[in-house]
Amino acid sequence: MAATLSQAALFEAQAVKATARRNRLLSLPALVIIGTFGVLPLLIICVYSFLAAAPYGGVRWQFSTDAYLNFLFQRDIFDDTLQFTPDFLVIYLRSFLFAVVTTIICLLLGFPTAYFMATRPPAQRNWWVLLITIPFWSNLLVRTLAIMFIIRDEGLINNALMALGVIDKPITMLYTNFAIQLGLLYAFLPFMVLPLYSSLEKLDFRLVEAANDLYATRRQVLWRIIIPLSKPGIIAGCLLVFIPALGAYVTPLILGGGIHLMIGDLIAQQFGSGRNWPLGCAQALILMAAVLVALYFYVRNTSGKMQHG
Amino acid sequence: MGIAFESLVTAPQLPSRLACDDNQTGTHLPPRAGFLNGVIVPEQPGKNAIEVRGVRKVFGTGENQVAALDTVSVSIRENEFFTLLGPSGCGKTTLLRLIAGFDFPTAGEILLHGQDIAPLPPFKRPVNTVFQSYALFPHMTVAENIGFGLEMLGKPKAEIEARVAQMLKLVKMEALKARRTSQISGGQQQRVALARALAPQPKVLLLDEPLSALDYKLRKEMQIELKRLQHETGITFIFVTHDQEEALTMSDRIAVMSAGKILQVGAPRDIYDRPAERFVADFIGETNFIKGTVVSKKPGVATVKFASDATIAAGYPEGFDPSGAVTLVVRPEHADLVPDPAKGTIAGTLSNIVYFGTDTHYHVKVDGGDDFIVRHQNSRSSPVTYETGAKVGILFEEDAARVLKD
Repeated sequence: MAATLSQAALFEAQAVKATARRNRLLSLPALVIIGTFGVLPLLIICVYSFLAAAPYGGVRWQFSTDAYLNFLFQRDIFDDTLQFTPDFLVIYLRSFLFAVVTTIICLLLGFPTAYFMATRPPAQRNWWVLLITIPFWSNLLVRTLAIMFIIRDEGLINNALMALGVIDKPITMLYTNFAIQLGLLYAFLPFMVLPLYSSLEKLDFRLVEAANDLYATRRQVLWRIIIPLSKPGIIAGCLLVFIPALGAYVTPLILGGGIHLMIGDLIAQQFGSGRNWPLGCAQALILMAAVLVALYFYVRNTSGKMQHG
Repeated sequence: MGIAFESLVTAPQLPSRLACDDNQTGTHLPPRAGFLNGVIVPEQPGKNAIEVRGVRKVFGTGENQVAALDTVSVSIRENEFFTLLGPSGCGKTTLLRLIAGFDFPTAGEILLHGQDIAPLPPFKRPVNTVFQSYALFPHMTVAENIGFGLEMLGKPKAEIEARVAQMLKLVKMEALKARRTSQISGGQQQRVALARALAPQPKVLLLDEPLSALDYKLRKEMQIELKRLQHETGITFIFVTHDQEEALTMSDRIAVMSAGKILQVGAPRDIYDRPAERFVADFIGETNFIKGTVVSKKPGVATVKFASDATIAAGYPEGFDPSGAVTLVVRPEHADLVPDPAKGTIAGTLSNIVYFGTDTHYHVKVDGGDDFIVRHQNSRSSPVTYETGAKVGILFEEDAARVLKD
C-alpha cells in the first residue's frame, strides 16, 4: 500500500516535471522572437551609445561617453571646454508637448466617439469599428502627404476659402506647428478610439440605470460610473497615443518641413546627415528612459485613483 | 422642475421603526401575527402610493410594434407589499421600469402620491430599484455603494455616514462594509443592493425578481428578510416575480399579469380561491379543469351539469356571464376521495397514486373523459387505502368549483 502510494507520488512528480519542461519548450519560439527583435537590438543600441563616432557613420570600438555629453553640452573646438547647449533638450520638450496635446485632444475626441459606437445596437458596432480602421488600410506616408495637399497654400482649404471670398490671401498652415499637430491627431486618433471602445463595450449599462435610479444626473453618471469603469481603456488609449506620438517621425518631417524638429527626426538625422551613430543611440535611449519614467508615474497615479474610485 | 424635484425627493422622516433597536437585529424577527401570510392585511382603502392610469407601452415601430403593456390601470397602496406576478414576457418588468423611469409610457399616466411622474427622468423620482442583476458598482466598496444615492442627493457627509451605518446594520453587513462588491457572495450582494436602494428613503421600492439568482435555501431566507425590511421601514414595496409561491407567501396584494394586461388584483387568498380567469387559476397553484354545461343560473351561482349527468352549483366571477359549454376549475386540495362512487360529486376510476411525503396525489379518470387530481394530506391515521383501478367518487368541498372565462 505504502509502496503504491509513494509510487503514485513519484509518477505525479514526474508528470509535473514533464509538464513544466513542455511548457518551457512551448514558450521557446516566443522567447526567441522577443530576444532577436526586442532585446538584442536594444543591447546593440545601448553598446553603440557608449562608443565613439566614426567620421563617415558607424562606430569606432572605443569606450566614450561623448554621446551623452553631447546631448546637453557642446565641446568648444578651440579651448576644449564644455558649453551647455539646450538645443536637443528644447526639441525633446517640444516633442513632449506635442505628444501631450495629441493625447489630450485624442481623448476628448475619442471618448464620445467610442461611447457612441459602444451604445449602438450590437449588429451595427462592427461596422463602426470597420470605419474607424479604414485609415489603416493605406500607408501613413500617403495619408500624411494627402494632408499636405489639403492644407498647403494652394490646397483644398485655402482654394475653397478664397473662392468663397472669406480670405484674400492663403493662410499658411503647412510647415507650422499647427500642421504637425493636425497630422499627429489624425494619425493617432484610431489608437485612442479602439481601446476606449473595447472598454466601453464591456461596460454594463445596467450600472448606468442603477446610478440614474440613485439620483445621479447624466453628468454624475459620466464622472462617477462610466469614466472610472472605462479607466483601463483610457490608460491603454493614452499610452498607445502618447508613446508613438512622442517618437513620431514621418508626420513632423513632412508636415513640419524639417523646420520644426521632433525627437524622431532628430534621431534619424544622427544616422543620416549627422553621421553620429552613438549620439543617435544615446538620444533614443534617453527618450526611452523618459517614457519609462513618465509611464511609471502615470500608471501609479491612475491605478491609485482607480482603487479609491 | 427644480421645485417639483425638491418636493418629491425630500423623503418623509424615517419611521422610528427603522431605527432598529438592538433586540431586532440579532437573528430573524419572529414573524408578527400572520404577517407572512398576506391574508391578514385589511382591505381598507388606504392612500395610494402609486396609481397607474391607462398606461400603454409599445415597443418597436411600424409593423414590428409590440404592445408590452396594453392599457393597464392599477392602484398600489401606501405601505403595501404589492407583487406583479406573471410568466416571462407578460409586461411585469416593463411596468416596473415605467414606474422607475427607465422607460416612458406611450400613453397614460403614473401618479406618485397624486403627482404625475411619468415624464420625469429616473433621477428625479423618489423611487429606488433593486435590480435582478443587483447592478452594484464594482469600483466601489459596500459602504460606498450604499451611500451613493445620498451622495448624489447632496446630503452632508456626516448624514451619509450615519445613514450608511444604519443601513449596514439593518441588512447585517457591518463586517463587510469595506469590501469590494466583487468580494462578497451572491446573498450578501443581494443585501447590499437592498440597503443601497433603501438608504435614500424612497417612497416606493421596486424589486425586479431580486431573488431569482439565489439558491433555494437562501431564497427562502431572503423572502423572510424582505418582509422584515418592509415591515421595519414601512416603505411601499413593488415586487416583480414569476414565482407564484413567492408571490403568495410574501404579498399583501398580487396583480396577476399576462400578455401585457392585468387579469386580477387581490389578496393572495382571493387570487388563489377565487381566480377571475382560467389563466389565473392555471398559473397559480395546481388546478383541475372539468367540462360541463350550464343548465341554469342565478346571480353569482350557476348550475352546471357534467357528462355523467351529475349537477353542481358553481360560483363565477363578477362581470362574466357563463352559458352553454363551460370549464369548471377545482383545486386539488378542495376535493376529496370517497370509496363509494355514488357518494361523490362526480365519479371516476383511480388511475395513479403518487406519494409526496406530506401529501398524496390521486389521479382520477373522471367518467366523461377529464383527468382530475385529488390532493390528500397524509396523516398517521388514513382510514381508507385506495388501489389503482378502483372506482371512486370525488367529493367537492362547498364553493370549491368555479366557472371561469377561458
